[in-house]
Amino acid sequence: MNKQPMRMRENIILRVVSNAFIPFIFLFALYVQFHGDFGPGGGFQAGVIFAAGIILYGVIFGQDTMRSAVPERAMEYGIVLGLMLYGGVGIVSLLSGANFLDYDVLNAHDPTHGQHLGILLVELGVGITVTCAMTTIFYGLAGRGEQ
Amino acid sequence: MPLPIEIVLFVFLLILAVVIATLEDLFAAAMLTGIFSLLSAGLFTIMDAVDVAFTEAAVGAGVATVFILCTLSLTAKREYQQPAKVLPFIAVGITGAALIYGTFDMPAYGDPDAVAHRHLSAKFIEIEERAMLSQNEHAVESAQHGSKEKAVGLPNIVTSILASYRGYDTFGEATVIFTAAIGVMLLLRGRRRERKVPPPDRDQVETML
Amino acid sequence: MQWLGLWHYWAVIILMMIGLYIVIARGNLVKKVMGLSIFQVSVIMFYVSIGKIEGGTAPIIPEGGYQLVYSNPLPHVLMLTAIVVGISTTALALALIVRIQEAYGTVEDDELNKIDGASS
Repeated sequence: MNKQPMRMRENIILRVVSNAFIPFIFLFALYVQFHGDFGPGGGFQAGVIFAAGIILYGVIFGQDTMRSAVPERAMEYGIVLGLMLYGGVGIVSLLSGANFLDYDVLNAHDPTHGQHLGILLVELGVGITVTCAMTTIFYGLAGRGEQ
Repeated sequence: MPLPIEIVLFVFLLILAVVIATLEDLFAAAMLTGIFSLLSAGLFTIMDAVDVAFTEAAVGAGVATVFILCTLSLTAKREYQQPAKVLPFIAVGITGAALIYGTFDMPAYGDPDAVAHRHLSAKFIEIEERAMLSQNEHAVESAQHGSKEKAVGLPNIVTSILASYRGYDTFGEATVIFTAAIGVMLLLRGRRRERKVPPPDRDQVETML
Repeated sequence: MQWLGLWHYWAVIILMMIGLYIVIARGNLVKKVMGLSIFQVSVIMFYVSIGKIEGGTAPIIPEGGYQLVYSNPLPHVLMLTAIVVGISTTALALALIVRIQEAYGTVEDDELNKIDGASS
């Protein structure tokens, strides 16, 4: 008997395993983002892992579910938001009297703490931009086939 | 002495590259490209480049493979087999020979006295090591220290160079990602237009060539 | 005996040349993008192999700040940027290939040449 090929979300193994994995992928992405100072990692790696989690969700559960869970507009705003966060840290340094992207002046008491704060914010900006950019590219490539 | 695992990984990478070149089935070639990136991430770890290995594994074996598979689902699934031409081999051979001739001037692999490890890299490592040591010895007094040299004080030297000493270049890199996303949005967001030219007939093309 | 210290570079150059061959000799545009990806990875491997120090370790200062020999961190930083720029160009190239497929109906470069030659 000839059945229609089963959609991926109806395959119970795929659904259960991805439901179990995807939260841990996002958690690992957050870990990589904030522990980039103490081990390998940082903004780029975290952004790509986060986008991979979103893409996995979209591949298993279908594009409509993915687009309603992660709206396209939010991703577009996110690309700009991350870059503006990075530039904003530089502008704050400028307004405090030092050079562009000089993190020493971000903390009044200890320049090393200023450096830590600056690097944290800058890597966060990069992570947000990379996540939203990769997801937007996937939306563009995957959404072309249905038109 | 070369580690056995280095030789094994290089041999695997060479075999993979040759197979990707000759395969007609493009889906299999896309998966093999992902495996190529993953094995090269293993080689990067052996060469002590853990950040680069992390990024290459995530980017190459993750999103790049997905993007290529998405494109393949919209375009052809197989590649047309073409007769082998001799001119690309000659061009590639000449270029490879010239590059190998150029490596005779380079220091040996792993040489600690190579010129690349002096100047800037030695300065960065020395500044960061001194900052980390002073953080451990007198954590309280360093806050009231009068004049301190500029240091970042993070364990991961690569992150401190990337985000602080060379932060301007990382800003440009984030802008490159931004531009790529904008470019893809411009290309792939509009409506699909009807094709004006009918798809070509393969036999006509082959009799023409 | 100089080749004993240089064989890493030669292996990477052979990989580079295979990637370059795929870019210039294969007709399918998506195959060219895969060859470009192989080329990029080999170039990155070349730079990273320049930074390796014998007996060194990853450039992460451990707890307590021991005096270890660290591999050169500067090529790693440059290659992080290179990987990110590489994926950006790959994504744009794939988007262009999708549009070419919609406009011409094919992604083989000899057929594209024929269509362009017939219409010009």
